[in-house]
Amino acid sequence: MVTSNNHLTSQGGQSRLKTFLAPIPALGFLLGMLACVLIEKLVGNGLADLLGLPKMPILFGIVTITKVIAGGIQTVLRDAVFDPASLMYIPTALIYFTVVYLLPMTLVARYSAGVANQIADKLQQSSILLSAVIHLAVLYLVLHLWCTMSDYRLITLKLMLVAVLFTLSLNIINGYMGEFSCSHPGFMAIGAYMSSVFTVGLFVDDKVLGAAPFAFSMAYITFPAALLFGGIMAALCALIVAIPSFKTRGDYLAIISLAFLFIVKSFFENVQALGGARGIAGQPDWASLPVIFVTVVLGIWAINNFVTSTMGKALNAVRDDESAAEAMTVNTRKTKMIAFMFGAFWAGLAGGLLAHVLRYVNPAMFGIQKLAEVLAMVYFGGLNSVVGSIVGAVSISILGEALRPLEILKWIVIPLLLILVMIYRPTGLIAFREFDVRKILQPKQPQGEEN
Amino acid sequence: MSFNFLMQNLVNALQWGSFYALIALGYSMVYSILMLFNFAHGDIFMVGAYIGLFVATGLIALFGIGAGAMLPGWMILVMTILASVMLTALVGVIVERVGYRPLRNAPRASAAITGLMIGIILETSNILFLGGQRLKFPQLIQSHTYNIGGIYITNKKIMIVMVSLMLMFALHQFVTRSKWGMAMRAMAYDFVVVPLVGVPLNTIAAMTFAIGSGLAAAAGILFGLAYPVLDPYMGVSLGWKAFVAAILGGRGSIMGACIAGFMLGFIEIMTVPAIQIVNRLFELNIGSNLRDLIAYSIVLLILIFRPHGLFGEVYSAKLRL
Repeated sequence: MVTSNNHLTSQGGQSRLKTFLAPIPALGFLLGMLACVLIEKLVGNGLADLLGLPKMPILFGIVTITKVIAGGIQTVLRDAVFDPASLMYIPTALIYFTVVYLLPMTLVARYSAGVANQIADKLQQSSILLSAVIHLAVLYLVLHLWCTMSDYRLITLKLMLVAVLFTLSLNIINGYMGEFSCSHPGFMAIGAYMSSVFTVGLFVDDKVLGAAPFAFSMAYITFPAALLFGGIMAALCALIVAIPSFKTRGDYLAIISLAFLFIVKSFFENVQALGGARGIAGQPDWASLPVIFVTVVLGIWAINNFVTSTMGKALNAVRDDESAAEAMTVNTRKTKMIAFMFGAFWAGLAGGLLAHVLRYVNPAMFGIQKLAEVLAMVYFGGLNSVVGSIVGAVSISILGEALRPLEILKWIVIPLLLILVMIYRPTGLIAFREFDVRKILQPKQPQGEEN
Repeated sequence: MSFNFLMQNLVNALQWGSFYALIALGYSMVYSILMLFNFAHGDIFMVGAYIGLFVATGLIALFGIGAGAMLPGWMILVMTILASVMLTALVGVIVERVGYRPLRNAPRASAAITGLMIGIILETSNILFLGGQRLKFPQLIQSHTYNIGGIYITNKKIMIVMVSLMLMFALHQFVTRSKWGMAMRAMAYDFVVVPLVGVPLNTIAAMTFAIGSGLAAAAGILFGLAYPVLDPYMGVSLGWKAFVAAILGGRGSIMGACIAGFMLGFIEIMTVPAIQIVNRLFELNIGSNLRDLIAYSIVLLILIFRPHGLFGEVYSAKLRL
């Protein structure tokens, strides 16, 4: 590929960036991230002091900048006193970002590309499973180191991972099966409550659920069982929506699922044995980062295998033309039922994780607000795409955190952004793309050798 | 006591149902023309109520209220309704222009997302500009209570039901008798071919949004008269329930939306006495706040056995997909 390096057009710049990044494999980027995190751990505080920042920027410096902007807006709207010195935080935060993240990331990634490619090549030849596990281990190391620096990062990351799983589970139904399901917060609620009943009811002395029949000591090994219990209960309840879906499609199914959501919410509000409107609190602190990471990775793996299997193709066939699919020997009823139950299972699991991250559940968490949030994540990221859901959940979560200093204005900026995405890319950012692990992990050929 | 108690609830259900019916009409009309649901409609209802509040406050400041007023209360009410219906219709047209027209050829779900997001923007702007506290709707007409054989009926309840029925009748006349109404019906029948013979799709769509929003504004003012405390999220609960009513009636059916709106009101109000009767008969102790659960279970059952709603035609949503 010959690029016109003489022209300093934006396209030339873009393709130069592309040629710069092209030979870096996924492992190289992970090493780059590791370098950033290590640098931040070593010199982050010192550098922040040196630059005159109030404290170490918590989310790549974005929050520092939005805080300054929010201060400006407060001055205009509510006559607050604006501190002109805080304007200095914008360039210093940018410098911090460049020194700690941007430079190490690009340099390490670029100059370790040769070694990383060799390692990736060796791993590729030995076993794809081993390769994936090593990549994930490095990723986990990066996330773990990044989170040890502040509790805020830890909780944000945990909630983000839960959101990824939840968004993916909705994409099975809304993206791959092409129905507009509004019931997902309901499935999540069932999973959250049932797993809480399992853990709090069995192992914790609680005002609502009574004294614990079992000792607490080694109980955390039963956490997977609690999550599974929540997921399976959600999957069983999904039959209430799945069975009407045999006869009903489109808008009527949307209403059935919406009615289901209201019913579930009202049920949990009224059953005093489950805490009523106040919910259940005091879940044991078992949802640590490794547990969530492993669960979410397993979820992504299972869902990706599901949607690329014959069953996933059958789902797409049902979405595109149900009668044609029926004619091509697809058992549409079975397909719909399995898709609903599978999606609800993972939603329930995500609910169980959420309950144990926040360590409380109440019915108000699972209302229309949650529905709008998860729909936004699915449609922002892209329908019918595992990568899209991950991107959607991660970017909406980060955006939500980054804009938090704007307070209420956040809920004008995010919807506006989504409207723009919908107008210019109606199916979302990364829609209809397959998630091929082998392709992501494979070593990249250097640009020269390709020709 | 039993009969009076039931009749009393029936009166309340009529009032409650008329809010649902008026809001559901907006959903249903937009659906019949564009084949998509305007998820911002509940929040347009909220905006309508707030616009009504400001118009009413302004008019009261201008003409006064009570004994020394220049105009009687009912006249101020009529002026309030007229002015806020027009202003809210304008809001509806803007929502259509910004959120729906650019997405006319996009998948339906994308338009649903824009609708949801516009709803959130409307709620947030309300909190931003008005500070989020609840506002009190001014009492434009004096409340009288009539006792008819043990059933208490206020003049407001009568007025609310009468005005809603009048608006529904006016809409029916407009849709069936006028030229624009004919264009709307034609568009609802086939929105691919009808624009080809010279009916302007964009004008009709804007008009549908305007009419739907106007009805929502009327519902908002009537709601403000009956329950005089407004809050920014009032559109969420009422709007989604009216949406359920619109679907229950059969999508795109104006008659169906009205009837289903009243029906949902009846179901919601009547479950409370029904639970009490069941409790007394079988000596049970079911809480009366199970209202939503029972109401939506009934909706679920109706849709399972009549998958196309009460008055809906059996045709596929694929027409637009």
